[in-house]
Amino acid sequence: MAGSGELKLLGAWTSPFVIRVRVVLNLKSLPYEYVEENLASKSALLLGSNPVRKSVPVLLHGGRPVNESQVIVQYIDEVWSGADRPSVLPSDSYERAVARFWAAYVDDKVGPAWLAILFLSKTEEERAEGVERAVAALETLEGAFADCTKGKPFFGVDGIGFVDVVLGGYLGWFTAIDKLIGRRLIDPARTPLLAAWEQRFRTAEAAKGVVPNDADKLLAFRETLLGAPLDIFQNRVTL
Amino acid sequence: MAEKGVKVFGMWASPMAIRVEWALRLKGVEYEYVDEDLANKSEALLRYNPATKKVPVLVHDGKPLAESTVIVEYIDQAWNDGYPIMPADPFDRAQARFLARFAEDKCNAALFAIFVATGEAQRKAVHEAQQCLKTLETALEGKRFFGGDAFGYVDVIVGWIAYWLPIIEEVSGVTVVTDEALPLMNAWFGRVVDVDVVKATLPPRDKLVALNKARREQFLSAAA
Repeated sequence: MAGSGELKLLGAWTSPFVIRVRVVLNLKSLPYEYVEENLASKSALLLGSNPVRKSVPVLLHGGRPVNESQVIVQYIDEVWSGADRPSVLPSDSYERAVARFWAAYVDDKVGPAWLAILFLSKTEEERAEGVERAVAALETLEGAFADCTKGKPFFGVDGIGFVDVVLGGYLGWFTAIDKLIGRRLIDPARTPLLAAWEQRFRTAEAAKGVVPNDADKLLAFRETLLGAPLDIFQNRVTL
Repeated sequence: MAEKGVKVFGMWASPMAIRVEWALRLKGVEYEYVDEDLANKSEALLRYNPATKKVPVLVHDGKPLAESTVIVEYIDQAWNDGYPIMPADPFDRAQARFLARFAEDKCNAALFAIFVATGEAQRKAVHEAQQCLKTLETALEGKRFFGGDAFGYVDVIVGWIAYWLPIIEEVSGVTVVTDEALPLMNAWFGRVVDVDVVKATLPPRDKLVALNKARREQFLSAAA
C-alpha cells in the first residue's frame, strides 16, 4: 500500500544522484529522514543496505532498501502516484520510454564528462577535453529539449519530470565547474534553451535547499575528495 | 500516412538486439527485423536514432525508441495484456531494475575486458567477472529464473551471457563459469538456452565464434 512505512534517505550533499532523489521526494511532498554519509567512512547501515554498490543514494522504505538513483526515482513515482501528487514519468508508455532514453543518455554522456572535468583529469588538456564532451552532450540535449518540450518550461509533461531531475542533479557540481573553467558549462550562447531551463530548475520549489550553489564550498569539498583514496571513484561515483 | 507495425533494427551478433526480439516474441508480437551492417549504418537507423546511432532501435507504428533496456520495458507496457515481463510489485520491479543495471554496468565491462586482454590483465578481468556473476547468482537462490518460475525482465537483459559467455571463454582461452565456482549460474545458463524464444533467435554458434575470434585478433593487434 502506498505510503506505509517511513522513508529514510542515505546521501551525500553534493551527489548528483542523491540530489535528484531529494528533488523528487520534495515534488511528491514526502517527509523523510535524511542521513548525510561520510563517503570516506561509510556507515554500517549504508554498507548493509547496498552491499553490491556500497554507494549513495539508498532509500529505505519501511526499512527495505532501494538502490540506484534512477531506480529509486521510478520507485517513488510508482508507489506515490495518483491525482493528488505530480507524476515524474509520463503516463503514456511511449513518452515514458523517451524520457527513460534521455535519462540514460544524461548518465552515459554527461556523467563521465563531469567526473573527468572535476576529478579524473590530470592536465589542462584532459579537463578541456572533458568540457568539450560535456558540452557536446548538452548540445544534443538542447535539441531534445526543443523537440520534446514544444515551448514548455521543463522536459516533463506537467512540470519537472524524469529527465529534469536526472540532469538537474548535476547542477550542484556544475556551479563548481563554472567557477573552475571561468564560464558556464551550460552556455547561453551554445545551449540557450538549457541555460534558461537551468535557471528555472535551480529556483524551483522542489530544488530549494537541495541543489548546492556555493561554488567555493563545492570546490573546497572537491579538494577533500581529491585527497581521498581512489576507490571512492569506483562504483560509478556518487559524489 | 501513418507507418504501422513493428520493426527492429539490430545486428545478428548483438546481445542487446536479441533482448528486444525476446521481449517481442514473449508477447507474441510480429516484427520485421532489419540486420544492420554496423560499419555502414543505414540511413533509416541514423534517422531513427541520431543521438547515439546504435542498435537496437524499435520502431512501433513509426515511433522510434533506442536503448535496449528502455525498449524491453516499453514492450512490456505497450502490450500489457500479454506475457508479464516486469514484476507486478513496485519493490520487486526496483530490485529487477537494479540487478539489470548492475549487470549492464559491471558484468558487461568485465566480460568485455576478458575479451580484449591477455596475461595478467585478463586474469584480473576473469576474477572481476566471476565476482559480478557471484553477486548476480545470489538473486537466483531457490528460483529457476531471475523472474521466479518464469523468464522475466532480468532474464531477458542478462540471458545473453548464457550463450555468449561460453563463446567468449572459447575465443579468449579462459574459463569463467564452472559448476564448482558458480553452480546456480551454470544451471541457469542451461535453462535460458532452452527457453523457446531464446532457441528461436540465437545466432549460429560457429558464425558467432568466427566473428568473435576475428574481433579479438583485431583488438589484440591494435593494442600491440
